[in-house]
Amino acid sequence: MAETTAAQEPTRRDFLFLATGAMGAVGVAAAAWPFIAQLAPDAQTVAAGAPIEVDLTPIAEGQIVKLFWRGALIFVRNRTPAEIEAARATPLSDLKDPEPDQARVTEGRENWLIIYGNCTHLGCVPLDFQGQYGGWFCPCHGSVFDTSGRIRSGPAPINLPVPPYRFATDTSIVIGEEA
Amino acid sequence: MSSHSTTYVPKSAAAKWLESRLPIIGLVHSSFVAFPVPRNLTYFWTFGAILMVMLVVQIVTGIVLAMHYTPHADHAFTSVEHIMRNVEYGWLLRYLHANGASFFFIAVYIHIFRGLFYGSYKAPREVLWILGVIILLLMMATAFMGYVLPWGQMSFWGATVITNLFSVIPLVGDTIVSFLWGGYSVGNPTLNRFFSLHYLLPFMIFGVAMLHVWALHVPGNNNPTGVPIKSGKDALPFHPYMTVKDTFSIVCFFIVLAWFVFYMPNYLGHADNYVPADPAATPAHIVPEWYFLPFYAILRAVPDALLGVVLMFAAIAVLAFLPWLDTSKVRSGAYRPVFKVIFWAFVVTCLVLGWLGSRPAEGIYVVLTQIFTFLYFAYFLIALPLLGLLEKPLPLPNSISEAVLGKKQASGSGMPVGAAAEPQSKG
Repeated sequence: MAETTAAQEPTRRDFLFLATGAMGAVGVAAAAWPFIAQLAPDAQTVAAGAPIEVDLTPIAEGQIVKLFWRGALIFVRNRTPAEIEAARATPLSDLKDPEPDQARVTEGRENWLIIYGNCTHLGCVPLDFQGQYGGWFCPCHGSVFDTSGRIRSGPAPINLPVPPYRFATDTSIVIGEEA
Repeated sequence: MSSHSTTYVPKSAAAKWLESRLPIIGLVHSSFVAFPVPRNLTYFWTFGAILMVMLVVQIVTGIVLAMHYTPHADHAFTSVEHIMRNVEYGWLLRYLHANGASFFFIAVYIHIFRGLFYGSYKAPREVLWILGVIILLLMMATAFMGYVLPWGQMSFWGATVITNLFSVIPLVGDTIVSFLWGGYSVGNPTLNRFFSLHYLLPFMIFGVAMLHVWALHVPGNNNPTGVPIKSGKDALPFHPYMTVKDTFSIVCFFIVLAWFVFYMPNYLGHADNYVPADPAATPAHIVPEWYFLPFYAILRAVPDALLGVVLMFAAIAVLAFLPWLDTSKVRSGAYRPVFKVIFWAFVVTCLVLGWLGSRPAEGIYVVLTQIFTFLYFAYFLIALPLLGLLEKPLPLPNSISEAVLGKKQASGSGMPVGAAAEPQSKG
């Protein structure tokens, strides 16, 4: 027992202690990994989240159609010229989350507004054609959206987001694929 | 304390054999038979026992319900109706469980407000109090996930609103939410894991409740005077005095619970939850269960989502800091004339916040919610720290028995020590 005095050189025992501790920490982290990872969306859910094609021909002017992609509600709105005009006439300074209408639709196909249908506040479904801007009104906490799906008043922090989509033909879109 | 025997002496050979190997009878005896309690405890001190019994009721009814319930998005709603219509006494078990949750919260809120009024959070009971706050959080998580299980409209949209709260966390919010959901939205994986956790958490509550009782039995009960037990005259043994009082209180509480279960089982629920979950349509008003309404009001008080969430969690977290926010040396509110008024104003604030939480978030309600949210936090962060410095408390009694029996009898009238411990023998 010569090593019991203070200020010794590191011993083999010190090395073994640190090495064991380090291995133990790695082992705990490795064991915890699957328990956390299993919470993530599973392969079936991910596969079911593949892009979908939507035929636009049955959607009349002025109509809003609701569909689901990845379990999330999506509004497809065939806007009237007056609704487009109302969205474009709004100065950006009036907006809480400034974004021009042009940036939210495809050029040349301005009538098609494709946005997520869950309020950006806490996820309720806003009611169609309600609220003072003729867009949407969320009944849960009072957020008001305009005909471009932009937040105009209420607690929602950002505009209703535009999902990734592209026009496959003139009358159909693919949701889930970038343009 | 000293006048009651606190040690268990096993009599039979079998009891001696067990006690020398596992002293569990002695532990029960010292904790729930001989344990000295202040003689002046009121019925407000029976809610701890009520809560213990309610936890057992919830666990027992819950385990039985789980035998008939199907945790799948396609079958959950119909399996609940199956319990109601086909399972023998299924309606009784489910209504007991659903109303039991509400009554659990009624009891816990009375228990908390009693602690607030009588300063039960003050030294040396800080750890006891913080364990209570942890139990409250676990209860809220359990109740929330339980409400999701029937997979009705309120279940689905309540789950959507509450899980989306976590999306406001900067940077990692969206990842956290998708890990909560197990998908891209609230769906079957969400229901499945909520069921698993709803089954687990009550047992964690049970564990923390045991720590809560342990932490209680170190300093002993607070009491309406806030003055600690000083002599045997101040105390009574837990059995029979508190066992009888607790049992009577539990029976009264169960009569009210039975009234709801048998005559108005859906009074505390929402009709919308008898509509199956529909991700394409939101109920006109998404309202949480009544026991979450004050916190829901605070959530909606400010127009900023992140700040609202922070305020809501802060409203509960602030409770944990209460032992250090209240600067008054006097424990019981009974001897604090100004505190008394402010305490009742705080009770009213909580009730008004609850009412505001049930109103739509528009017009005057928003302004009122902001005012009362301010008042809620002002109680903890302004009133309690300042009051302890500014308020002149009333004189405290020298002992519990002096407060109960009057100064003359307790001090110099020559009453033998043993007589004070036997109130039934007094005229």
